[in-house]
Amino acid sequence: MHSPTVTPKSRPIHPLWIRTTHWLNALAVLILVTSGWRIYNAAPFFPFNIPAVLTLGGWLGGALQWHFAAMWLLAANGLAYLALNIASGRLFVKFFPLTITGIWHDTLSALRGKLSHADPRRYNNVQRLVYLFVIVDIVLLVLSGLVLWKSVQFEVLRELLGGYELSRRIHFISMAALVAFVALHLLMVALVPRTLLTMLSGRAGKTTP
Amino acid sequence: MKLFKRPPLIGVDSDAALSEARALMARHVTQPSRRAFMQRSLTMGGLSMLTGCSISSNADVETALSRISRFNDTVQGWLFDPNKMAPTYPESMITRPFPFNAYYGESEVREVDEASYKLEVTGMVADKRSWTLPELRAMAQQDQVTRHICVEGWSAIGKWGGVPFSEFLRRIGADTSAKYIGFKCADDYYTSIDMPTALHAQTLLALTYGGQPLPPKYGFPMKLRMPTKLGYKNPKHIKAIFVTNTYPGGFWEDQGYNWFGGS
Repeated sequence: MHSPTVTPKSRPIHPLWIRTTHWLNALAVLILVTSGWRIYNAAPFFPFNIPAVLTLGGWLGGALQWHFAAMWLLAANGLAYLALNIASGRLFVKFFPLTITGIWHDTLSALRGKLSHADPRRYNNVQRLVYLFVIVDIVLLVLSGLVLWKSVQFEVLRELLGGYELSRRIHFISMAALVAFVALHLLMVALVPRTLLTMLSGRAGKTTP
Repeated sequence: MKLFKRPPLIGVDSDAALSEARALMARHVTQPSRRAFMQRSLTMGGLSMLTGCSISSNADVETALSRISRFNDTVQGWLFDPNKMAPTYPESMITRPFPFNAYYGESEVREVDEASYKLEVTGMVADKRSWTLPELRAMAQQDQVTRHICVEGWSAIGKWGGVPFSEFLRRIGADTSAKYIGFKCADDYYTSIDMPTALHAQTLLALTYGGQPLPPKYGFPMKLRMPTKLGYKNPKHIKAIFVTNTYPGGFWEDQGYNWFGGS
C-alpha cells in the first residue's frame, strides 16, 4: 500500500544518480587498481611486486590498455558525480557540518562499537570525514595520473606535484589510500548489510526503524 | 475467396506427392521444442552480431580496447602543444649509468659499421638521396639534458646531442602536411611518429650521448631522441626514414602499446 502523501521514508535514501555513479565508480576503480598493479610490477619502486593473479591485463601492454580505457570512465563519472553533488546541494547537506569535536566524539563511539548507523539518511562525522577524504584522494589520483600521462603538457600540475618521479609516488600512495578505504568500506558493509540494500535499491528495506 | 486456383499437375499422382511431402516435413514439424530452440538461438546469434560484442570473448574485448587506444591517440594529438617544452636539467642530475633498454638483452646489441653506414630517406620528400655520418655531423648540432621516461614507469636523465629533426626534414624537403614519419632500424626495430612531434624543437636525430658518439648500446650511429615521448618511441640504430600518410605502426605498437605514446 502506498500512502497518498509522499513521506520522507518513501523517497529513496540515495537518488538514482548517486547509485549509478557509485557503481560505475566501483567498476572503474576495480579496473584501474588491478591494471595499475600490473603497470607497477613492470618497474616497482618498493621492494615488492603485486601478485600477478590480482592484476588485470596479462602483460604491460594489456594493462595499459585497460588503464587508459577505464581512465575515461572514472573521469566522466567522477565529474558527473561532483557536478550533481554540488548542483543538488547534496554535498553540503550530507557532508557538513564537519567538526573536530564531532569527529573525536564519533570516532570514540565507533571504537567502542556504539556508533549508530540507525539512520542511513544521515552520515556521522567519521563517515563524512572518510567520504570527503576519498573524494579528495580520487581527485589527487586523477591529477597525478595526468602528470604521468602528459608530463610535458600539464607542466604546472607536474611542478605542483614535485615533478614526474614524485608524481609516480603520489599516484601509488593515493592508490594505496583508496584501496584501504575500499577495504574499510567493504568491512562496514559486511557489518551493516542494510547499507548495501540502500545503495542497490535506494531504499532501506523493512528493517527501517 | 481463392484468388488463384492451383492448376492440376499433369501426370502426377497428387495424393502420393502430398503424402511424400508430409513424410519429409514430419521430422521437423513433429519436434516443436527443437524448432523453438533453434529459432531462439538464431535470435541470440543475431543479437550478438548486431551488438558485435560478447563479454565472454577475449577477441572482442581486445578489439574494443584497441579502438579506445586509437581514440586516445586522437585525444593526445589534440592535447599536444608544439610550443610546450619538456623540462631540461643541469648536467649534475644526469643518471649514471644511464640504463640500457631494448627488446633484447644487452649482450645482443647490434654493431653498425661506421664507414658503410648510409641513412636512407624515402616517401613524401623532395630529396631522396642517402646520408653518410660525416654529412649528418656537418649539420648544425644541438645538445639537450632531458628526462627519458620508459613505458614501464622508470625514468632517467641523459645528455644527447645531434641534428634538430625539424631542420633535417626541411633539408630533405619533407612534406610536413604528411601524417606519419616511419623509422627502420639496424636491430630490426621499427616505429613511427606524428608530424607535430617530429617538428617539435626538442626532437633530435641524436648522434652523441654525453658529448661522445653514441655507444652501440645507446643506438650507434643514430637514434631519434624525443623528450616528449616514451622510450619505445625513440628508435635506435636508425637506417631508414620515410614520410607517409599510411599508418606504419611499430614493433611494440603492433602488439598493443599505445601509438602516440607521449606527453
